[in-house]
Amino acid sequence: MTKIKLAEKTIELIKSVCTQFGNKESELINVLHQIQSKLGYLPAEVQEVIAAELNMSVAKVYGVVTFYSFFTMLPQGEHPISICMGTACYVRGGEKVLHEFKRHLGIEVGQTTADGKFSLSCLRCVGACGLAPVVLVGEKVYGRVSPQQVSKIIAEYQEGCVNVQTA
Amino acid sequence: MEKITLNIDHKNIEVPRGTTILEAAAQVGIDIPTLCHMKLHDMNIENKPGGCRVCVVEVKGRRNLAPACCTEVAPGMEISTHSMRAVNARRTILELILSDHPADCLVCAKSGNCELQDMAHQMGIREIHYQGAQTHYREDTSPAIIREMDKCIRCKRCETMCNEVQTVGVLSTINRGFEAVVSPAFEMNLDHSVCTYCGQCVAVCPTGALTEVDETGAVIRALSDPSKTVIVQTAPAVRAALGEEFELEAGTLVTGKMVSALRRLGFDYVFDTDFAADLTIMEEGTELLSRLGKYLAGDKEVKMPILTSCCPAWVKFFEHQFPELKDIPSTARSPQQMFGAIAKTYFADKIGVKREDLVVVSIMPCVAKKYESSRDEFAANGNPDVDYALTTRELASLINLSNIDFKSLPEEDFDQPLGESTGAGVIFGTTGGVIEAAVRTAYEIQTGKTLPRLDFHELRGMEGLRKATIDFDGTPINIGIAHGLGNARKLLEEIKAGKSEFHAIEIMSCPGGCIGGGGQPYHHGDVEILKKRQKAIYSEDKNKTLRKSHENPHIKKLYEEFLGAPMSEKAHHLLHTGYFDRS
Repeated sequence: MTKIKLAEKTIELIKSVCTQFGNKESELINVLHQIQSKLGYLPAEVQEVIAAELNMSVAKVYGVVTFYSFFTMLPQGEHPISICMGTACYVRGGEKVLHEFKRHLGIEVGQTTADGKFSLSCLRCVGACGLAPVVLVGEKVYGRVSPQQVSKIIAEYQEGCVNVQTA
Repeated sequence: MEKITLNIDHKNIEVPRGTTILEAAAQVGIDIPTLCHMKLHDMNIENKPGGCRVCVVEVKGRRNLAPACCTEVAPGMEISTHSMRAVNARRTILELILSDHPADCLVCAKSGNCELQDMAHQMGIREIHYQGAQTHYREDTSPAIIREMDKCIRCKRCETMCNEVQTVGVLSTINRGFEAVVSPAFEMNLDHSVCTYCGQCVAVCPTGALTEVDETGAVIRALSDPSKTVIVQTAPAVRAALGEEFELEAGTLVTGKMVSALRRLGFDYVFDTDFAADLTIMEEGTELLSRLGKYLAGDKEVKMPILTSCCPAWVKFFEHQFPELKDIPSTARSPQQMFGAIAKTYFADKIGVKREDLVVVSIMPCVAKKYESSRDEFAANGNPDVDYALTTRELASLINLSNIDFKSLPEEDFDQPLGESTGAGVIFGTTGGVIEAAVRTAYEIQTGKTLPRLDFHELRGMEGLRKATIDFDGTPINIGIAHGLGNARKLLEEIKAGKSEFHAIEIMSCPGGCIGGGGQPYHHGDVEILKKRQKAIYSEDKNKTLRKSHENPHIKKLYEEFLGAPMSEKAHHLLHTGYFDRS
């Protein structure tokens, strides 16, 4: 087994989340949610601490992490980009938009750019089908995105200043 | 309990509420086909994920077909287990499973013993109408177990054994949908995981997805090398199960036939691990008495209880999961390793063969013994004490390919000196046996009196956790017994918490002990087979003239000529070991 080499602070954080959920195995999904929201991802060492705290096997924790596409073991970029592939977005060109993001950033879905700025993922339906196709950058929603707009969206974040104008 | 009346295949039947359709049908002699389902009766082990759907039946008035293994009966149910709809669905399901299964039955290690193959035969599948993608996953080879996940049908039996029964927690289904695979955490290989190699996953796998590492080829090469002297040792549980591979009734003792088969295979000397089991008792028993003596005299430093150390999967289990307890188990090596160490020193000298030219093969009911023999500490200058550890199944395959008609073989005796054993050595093969053998010797050494009886029925049985108090001529000795690592864990937690009431504990990893080992002929979920093997072991003990390890004349001679006394410096060097923190 790999020896756990996390910062003390991170271990404390994981332990406190587990305690908050009563160190119960049945709360695994909630625990994973909370910890991913705080750390951005769930690397192996983190899963090992969670398994120990919830008194379950790390194989089971890994089983759950790999079952749900929401959980990730890779660090997210500073600006996580999600492209909706739900039915409405898909038929209105979501895939072409995704293709443009891949081309511009030079990464595949599930990857992060070398400078750590952007990561790319797909999701299914954010409940804004009227705005299809939809792209999320962090918490910000971009609607009716065309492939031509992709470079502009990326540029907003590259200059380090987020355009406050809503989409 | 409330009774429910229902009808299965036009037969009326009354069963308690909570009974599944599968169990109810079995009561009227209807055997509904199952694949993922596995129930080990009396052991409280059941796997019923309802995943394969092969057991679907038609229930009148119900829209969809019901999986019999996990649907409870209801009053007035009318069930057809072989309606056209049910049979068609069953065949379709089976064809779909087969469409994602490699069609290499002719060369598969599990051929002839595969439940999927049997099912295809029973269902009369002659063509697979579905063709699509097939799962491809890298093969994972460890010192003992091979994982070929392309052959996995995701029945989850291995997961049940690994997690619920053994509480080892190595295997889990990971990913989802078509990508789903049973794997250790982070898809690491078994040999990087906390796997104990107990082999219970192999014992229950319905297909060839999990099998033991096959070393028969290496043994055949050694046997045909004229420069090598090749000797063999056979573990006690093998003789009580090997016959099953040759269509003999479970529980048939085949000790004599096994010896003659091994001689015909070309082994130069056919010896018995039972001899080494007697030797283990001398060492472990002496250690027990020494620790116990100090403890009873009020020494607070001495660690109690003493735990047996014959089972390599159990050793690996506590090294990973309870490293803080690693100085509690006896330091005595397992009989397999004691045999190897004595064979390559004492016996090699006796026959004038150099260590490098002596090949020690063992026949074990176990897959973990393969791993044990490969541990670094059991070798001298890179030459292992035991060169190859074959399972009972591998021995059967060697016999088959050598054109030996096993059933018609004459009964022959083991060679001397390492073939002499007592009944105490034989019972090592079953849960409760090691501690009973230890009691027989420890009692007489401690009290200086002859035991009034030799059969300790209070130590025998099939319950997962047992305890008994044996009166050592006025001193009550508390003994605990666990088989199955999940049960062992309970006793270890007690020790850790300082609440253990025991002086000595026997632990075997496999349910039933070695008779239920991962290398034994497949029992396919029939626990009665284990009970018959256990009975056979006790009857061999009963029929032995000598039944106490310290009365074995060749053991006495070994100490006189070579070792000196139990726990002597030489004995320490050759017969004892230490454990490692693998957490």
